[in-house]
Amino acid sequence: MRPMPGNAAERGYALSEVSCDALLREFRKDFRIFAPVRLEGRGRFSDTDMVRYGEIRNFREMELREKSLFSPKEVLFPPSETLFHFAETGVREPSLLREDGKGLLVLLRACDIAGVDRLDAIFLGNGPEKDPYYEARRKRVVFALIECGPLGASRSGSFGSCFCVSMGTNRASGYALVLRPEDDGLSLFLEDPAFAAYLPPDAVRTSYAPSFPLEDPFPVRVPDPGDMSRAVREESLFSAAFWKDYDSRCIACGRCNTVCPTCSCFTTYDVTYEENASAGERRRVWAGCHVDRFTDMAGGHRFREKYGARMRFKTMHKIHDFHLRFGRHMCVGCGRCDDACPEYISFAACIDRVSRVVDAAASTGGDDHDAR
Amino acid sequence: MTHVDLWNDSPASSRECAEDCRCGHGSEEPGRGSGNPYAFRSLRIRDIRVQTEQDATFRLEWPGDEVPPPRSGQFFQVSLPRIGEAPLSVSDAGRDFLEMTIRRVGRVTEGIFACRPGDALFLRGPYGNGFDPRDFRGRHLVVAAGGTGLAPVKGLISHFASRAGEVTRLDVLAGFKTPGDVLFREELEVWKKGAAVRVTVDRGTTDWTGPVGVITTLVPELAFPDPENLTVVVVGPPLMMKFTVLAFLDRGVPLGRIRVSLERRMSCGIGKCGHCKIMDRYVCLDGPVFGAAEALALED
Repeated sequence: MRPMPGNAAERGYALSEVSCDALLREFRKDFRIFAPVRLEGRGRFSDTDMVRYGEIRNFREMELREKSLFSPKEVLFPPSETLFHFAETGVREPSLLREDGKGLLVLLRACDIAGVDRLDAIFLGNGPEKDPYYEARRKRVVFALIECGPLGASRSGSFGSCFCVSMGTNRASGYALVLRPEDDGLSLFLEDPAFAAYLPPDAVRTSYAPSFPLEDPFPVRVPDPGDMSRAVREESLFSAAFWKDYDSRCIACGRCNTVCPTCSCFTTYDVTYEENASAGERRRVWAGCHVDRFTDMAGGHRFREKYGARMRFKTMHKIHDFHLRFGRHMCVGCGRCDDACPEYISFAACIDRVSRVVDAAASTGGDDHDAR
Repeated sequence: MTHVDLWNDSPASSRECAEDCRCGHGSEEPGRGSGNPYAFRSLRIRDIRVQTEQDATFRLEWPGDEVPPPRSGQFFQVSLPRIGEAPLSVSDAGRDFLEMTIRRVGRVTEGIFACRPGDALFLRGPYGNGFDPRDFRGRHLVVAAGGTGLAPVKGLISHFASRAGEVTRLDVLAGFKTPGDVLFREELEVWKKGAAVRVTVDRGTTDWTGPVGVITTLVPELAFPDPENLTVVVVGPPLMMKFTVLAFLDRGVPLGRIRVSLERRMSCGIGKCGHCKIMDRYVCLDGPVFGAAEALALED
């Protein structure tokens, strides 16, 4: 047995690529491992790659130096999942709800851990019922933090849109270990000493200790939710002219919704199997407030038809509405919406625009909330 | 690398479950007692009463000894497995029955209209706050309903119209597009024994003898002998509710005395799917009944 690590300075290790694979082999006895992977040629432009989440078996499959386009939320909340199986004889729940299964080791960044906290708020904390499908996966998840480092946010192009420091999500907690990619392998920090049991014998003790981003490449001024509420009451925020810009700039593709680590909306629908129409299933799939038909009701009523109104709705949710309900911002500042938007709309810039309107309202309204 | 398998839980996901499983397989009441809030139970259709060309009232068997009946204004997620699920409001309920008045407008309601007495609908709920009759006792109650908006308040009106004295006064305003769209014809007559009932249609026909005009035209006729003790309930399509609330404000009724019931698309009914969110409220959890002041502040 290896000695259990003691203080923080003794919890750092260096692992070569070969010993990383040994570590992953050990992990895979107890966990399925999900990490950013590089899909060659699958990027948004020709001859570019896409980095997104996948299940990995060895070190080479992981891409730890870039930001994934999609967030790790799909491990907990798949883009499409079966809620019930319908057969002629009755209805069955998927085995997910009945079996314990392996743990899910998810490699992710500090902002993404905050993202899971926001999903927890909705799926486990909004209303008296817990979502059992989410909960079944969530109970099995263990976080391995990918270190961004003090300059991580500006280390390469894919991090230029990060604003976690502005959102206060640059530091995380609740992870079992921390990884930093090195030229040959990884630096590893054991936050949870129990994970020392998985270390290969040739792991070398080092003084490595993780660090967190301290500065955003482009800091965002996030308005106080109370000031925003007042600007809403005074009718200066919803009527602000800049929302109309998005009527024409946004094309309602919903990419910002799908890449967001905190967008949790879904739509359920039933399917019947082509081979046997008496069998089928109830599925839920990701839905997004930017996408057409999100609010459509049978009978024809719909809300927020203008794309600018949808941008406003999403913005309010991410930096105001959710905060009123749960005491923290929904947005975690990962910047993926900015990376994904085909129209180059910047959500960070939108937050700054909100701040300017809110400030203007504050300077004319004074501190008295009922001044106007 | 097994990237594409990320969201396929396992091939075993559709295998046969064990005898002692809790998913209710093989029964017609899947997941009952499983704690899965998306699981539904079957309720038999006792009878179906046609209301209009596109509306009908479905009366379902309700196991009243097990579960207390839902309130007016609450709703259920109603399923037809393999077709879909939709939020539908309760139009009346008793110890042994649950009644829903449904308009045929979409896939699920199309399927429900193909059902016959003896067939089952699959429900989970009730959801939402609904109307609490205790809020209206001893008060002057005015109910203004537009179209199918009459369904969620039908039980409420029946309750007070048949119990003289529980409210000091009961006014019912009901607006429909045409005489052919009038719902609850029998009940509207019965209610007249205990309530002042006014029915208007947007477009009359030669045999229509009642008032013609939108529902707001009825508001000026109302008498409010005890304005301090007044409660107004407005239910209907979004525009109808907005202008009816404004009509009551014009009559000097304070916003705080008006209640509305909102309708939104929903996929879950339990605060997860996000479709019914307006600002920091979820219609399924915090509504669908809201004070008018709050509802007016909820801007889409």
